[in-house]
Amino acid sequence: MHSEKASWGLKIAAWGGLVFLHFPILIIFVYAFNTEDAAFSFPPKGFTLKWISVAFARPDVLESIKLSLQIACVATLIALVLGTLASAALYRRDFFGKDGISLMLILPIALPGIITGLALLSAFKALGIEPGMFTIIVGHATFCVVIVYNNVIARLRRTSHSLIEASMDLGADGWQTFRYIIMPNLGSALLAGGMLAFALSFDEIIVTTFTAGHERTLPIWLLNQLSRPRDVPVTNVVAMLVMMVTMLPILGAYYLTRGGESVAGSGGK
Amino acid sequence: MGQTFTGSAPMQRQSPLRHFSNLLYRRPNLYLSLLLIPPLLWFGAIYLGSLLGLLWQGFYTFDDFSMTVTPDLTLANFGALFNPANFDVIRRTLTMAVAVSIASAIVAFPIAYYMARYTTGKTKAFFYIAVMMPMWASYIVKAYAWTLLLAKGGVAQWFVQHLGLAPVLQWLLSAPGIGGSTLSTSHLGRFMVFVYIWLPFMILPIQASLERLPPSLLHASADLGATPRQTFMQVILPLSVPGIAAGSIFTFSLTLGDFIVPQLVGPPGYFIGSMVYAQQGAIGNMPMAAAFTLVPIVLIAIYLAIVKRLGAFDAL
Repeated sequence: MHSEKASWGLKIAAWGGLVFLHFPILIIFVYAFNTEDAAFSFPPKGFTLKWISVAFARPDVLESIKLSLQIACVATLIALVLGTLASAALYRRDFFGKDGISLMLILPIALPGIITGLALLSAFKALGIEPGMFTIIVGHATFCVVIVYNNVIARLRRTSHSLIEASMDLGADGWQTFRYIIMPNLGSALLAGGMLAFALSFDEIIVTTFTAGHERTLPIWLLNQLSRPRDVPVTNVVAMLVMMVTMLPILGAYYLTRGGESVAGSGGK
Repeated sequence: MGQTFTGSAPMQRQSPLRHFSNLLYRRPNLYLSLLLIPPLLWFGAIYLGSLLGLLWQGFYTFDDFSMTVTPDLTLANFGALFNPANFDVIRRTLTMAVAVSIASAIVAFPIAYYMARYTTGKTKAFFYIAVMMPMWASYIVKAYAWTLLLAKGGVAQWFVQHLGLAPVLQWLLSAPGIGGSTLSTSHLGRFMVFVYIWLPFMILPIQASLERLPPSLLHASADLGATPRQTFMQVILPLSVPGIAAGSIFTFSLTLGDFIVPQLVGPPGYFIGSMVYAQQGAIGNMPMAAAFTLVPIVLIAIYLAIVKRLGAFDAL
C-alpha cells in the first residue's frame, strides 16, 4: 500500500538538498558584510557596511559594471528581436528544415561554451576584427536568442489561434491584429525572456574569456581577482552584486509566466 | 478559412501599413521568409560559419619551431589527441563527467521525488523556485563561493572540526585517485563543486518525469500486492529513467566543457576545457585547440546516441 506521507528519510534528503543548494549562496551574502580583511575565516567576526562603499568607489569595479550592463542591454535587445522573429516563424507552420533551425538555435547553449567561444574568436581573427565590446555582444546575443525564443514560442502555443482569426474576421488587418491582439498576449513573455537573457549575459564568462580581448566584464574582473587573492572584501561585495542581478530575474520571470496550463482565448480556466 | 475580407473594400483608402500587412497575409511564404531571414543570417553566417571555420583550422599545420600556423592541411592534430599526455587529459575529464552525472542523479532523485509526489500548490511552487534560483544564480559567483567554503580556515573546515569529522576527512583525502593534500586541492573538492553547480539541471528533468507518472499505476501496483519497496524499484524507478537520462545530458556536457572550476579547485592537471584555453592562448597553437574542441563534440554525440535509447529526448 502506498502511504500518503513522505518518510522521514525522504523529507530529510529533500530539504537537506535544498539547504545544500542555497548554503554557498548564503555564504556570499554573509561574507559581504564581514568586518575582516582576509575574509576566509568562519564564523565571521562582525557586521559592517564599509566594504560596499569601498567597492563602489573603485574605478575598475565601476567600469566593469558599466561595461557588463551595456553588453547585457544590447545583447538582450538583439536576442529579443531575433528570438521573437524565429518563434513567430516556427510556431505554427511546418516547412522543410524546421527541425534543423530549432536545433541551430539551441546549439550555442547545448555545446560547451569553449567551442562557441573559440569558434567566434577564430572567426573574428580571420576577419581581422579586434576583440572588444562588439565581439562580446555578438557572442552573448547568439546564446541569448534561444532563451527569448523558448519563452515566446511557449506563449504563442498557449495563445489560441482563434483569437487571431476572430480579430481578422472583425475587420482588423494584420498590423492591427499584431498591435492589439498578439502584442498584449506576448508582452509578459517578452519581458520574462528579456530578463532571463539579461541575467545570462550579465553572468557569462566562458564564451566571454575568448571574445573579450582586453575588455573586462564583471565576471572576468571577478575571475582575475580569484587568481590574485588580494582585496577579498571588495570581491565579496561584487560577488553579492552579481548574485543578485542574476537571481532576481528568475523570480520576476516566474511570476510573469506562471499559470502555464490554460490557453488564452480557448475558454478554459 | 478562405480569403480574408479585410483587403476587399475598394472604396476605403488603404494606408501603406495596411497594404503591407495584407500582402503578408496573402503571401504566407513571403511572410515566413521575412521572419526567418534575420535569425538565419545571424546564426548561419556568424555561428555556423565560425564553427565550420574552427573545424577547418583543426587541419592546419602548426610549426613548433617558428610558433606559426600555416594553412597546409594535415591530420596530425587529430592524431596527436591520442598521445599519452593528451589522452590522459581526455580520460581525466571524461571520468569526472561520468562521476558527476552519477552523483548528481543520486543527490537529485530524493529532491525531485519529494517535489513531484508529496508537494502541492504553494509548497511545490516554493520548491520549484528554490531549485531554479541556484540554477540561474551566477556561475562564477557559485564557483567563487566554493573557493571560500573550501579554503583553509574556511566554512568546510569549521564544520568538519566541530562535528568531529577530521579523521574521516583525512581518510578520504588520503584515498588514492580522489584525494589531495587539502579539500580545495583534491579531486574530491573539485567533484563536489561540479555536483553542486550542475545539480539543479538534474533535479528538474527527473521531477518532470515523475510528475507525469499516473497515480493509477501506483495504485495498481499496490493492489496487485507489491510492497512500497517493490513499487519503487519496479515501477517508479524504471519510469524515471528518461528524466535521469535527460538530466545527465546537462551534467555530462557541462562538466566536459568546463574550464573555470578545474582552474579554481582541485589538483593541477589539464581538463579538456583548460587544454583548449591554454593551446589557443599561451601556446598559440590554434589548430591543436581546434582539434581538441572536437573531443567534447564527439563525446557528447556518442552520449546523446546512448541516452536517446533510454528515452531522454521525450523527457526534455
